[in-house]
Amino acid sequence: MALVRLRAPLSELAGGRRELELEGTTVLDILRALEHEHPGVKGWILDEQGNIREHINVFVNKEYGRAGTRLDPDARLHIIPAISGG
Amino acid sequence: MTELLVGTKKGLFVLHGEPGAGFEVGARAFAGEPVEYAMRDARTGRYFACVTSAFYGPKVFYSDDLGGEWAQAAGIELPEDAEKPLERLWTVVPAEDDDHLYAGGAPGVLFESRDGGATWELNKPFWDQPTRPDWSPGAGGMCTHSIATWPGDPSRVALAISAVGVWLSDDGGQTWRHGNKGMYPRYMPEEAREETITLCVHNMHRAPKRPERLFMQFHGGVYRSDDAGESWTSIADGLPSDFGFPMVLDPDDPDSAYVIPLVADMDRVTPDGRVRVYETRDAGATWTERGDGLPSNNAYLTILRQAFCSDGSGPNMGLYFGATSGDVFGSGDAGATWFTAATKLPPVHSVRVA
Repeated sequence: MALVRLRAPLSELAGGRRELELEGTTVLDILRALEHEHPGVKGWILDEQGNIREHINVFVNKEYGRAGTRLDPDARLHIIPAISGG
Repeated sequence: MTELLVGTKKGLFVLHGEPGAGFEVGARAFAGEPVEYAMRDARTGRYFACVTSAFYGPKVFYSDDLGGEWAQAAGIELPEDAEKPLERLWTVVPAEDDDHLYAGGAPGVLFESRDGGATWELNKPFWDQPTRPDWSPGAGGMCTHSIATWPGDPSRVALAISAVGVWLSDDGGQTWRHGNKGMYPRYMPEEAREETITLCVHNMHRAPKRPERLFMQFHGGVYRSDDAGESWTSIADGLPSDFGFPMVLDPDDPDSAYVIPLVADMDRVTPDGRVRVYETRDAGATWTERGDGLPSNNAYLTILRQAFCSDGSGPNMGLYFGATSGDVFGSGDAGATWFTAATKLPPVHSVRVA
């Protein structure tokens, strides 16, 4: 099980939960599982094509993760907006 | 009391006030997020906001109580096999049937709701247009920004897209055809102007009391159509510039239109440091400068396409517009005199009276 840490507004869309344990072997598995468990998140992290939105960072422990990044059983995922904007 | 919905780069600002008595910020929503457009459906009282988070993508939210919660509308998304995700929502427009609304967005898409705006579906006939692979975006994206319904006839609707011209439907959006005759895209090579579909319409409105008439602000041109958008005639003579973005009509006067000229496409600010609205009451034969009370010195403002609106009609019609400078201006006498409704807001994307 991976531990997923969310910040607002994603945590609000996930029923107020800032931490969730989800099953999956890749980052994409976890994000799909998050959408399945909390449908309000759908479209916020993954776009219509199933890609991680351009300005969303998914850290696996302390490293940048990609959709296909494989996860250790005790991985921690942090889903954080990128440092961008104006 | 007049309620102004001002969409800005940093959220929705709700201004309350009256012409001549001042306006104040009464509420704010979506703090920090770009609100491209906000409006209220007068039929139901429901508010809509198009929010394009740089991080989380474009969403439409709705609320039946400005002081309460906003809910995310469902179905505002492209098919999974689309090349790219939805980019932005530009407008929400009540249609002619009860609970029917349209929403326009980029890349060149039209959504429809049949339940008052809670759920939406992509208009597939428009999405499946065979020329779509050849469509080109304007600088702001390939935005469906203008949706002109036909009062009393839900089968007839016109769309305008930057930069894919005008599209007309006579069967409620089941089939679509171009309505581009007469537009002169001088940004294209001379040899290509006749046949091109890269037509950068900036704004388009239908005259409700004479619905076969439409007015258009083009990317270098101001036009009128008297045949329901099939063909267009230039009415730009008399304006200081034919470039600009927003346009407003007096809904009770089919000969009326208001534009806010900017210098040119390569210099998108008010000419000569003066903010001026131009009004026609003879269908574009002549234009009258309206600037009493607007900044007249060192004012180089940019007014975006959804940042100008009207309220009511006739000599006491309200007019409101906002600029990327964060200023909002208003008139309570159809443009004869103007006042400042707000300053120092974030860059203004849209202004609508609730």
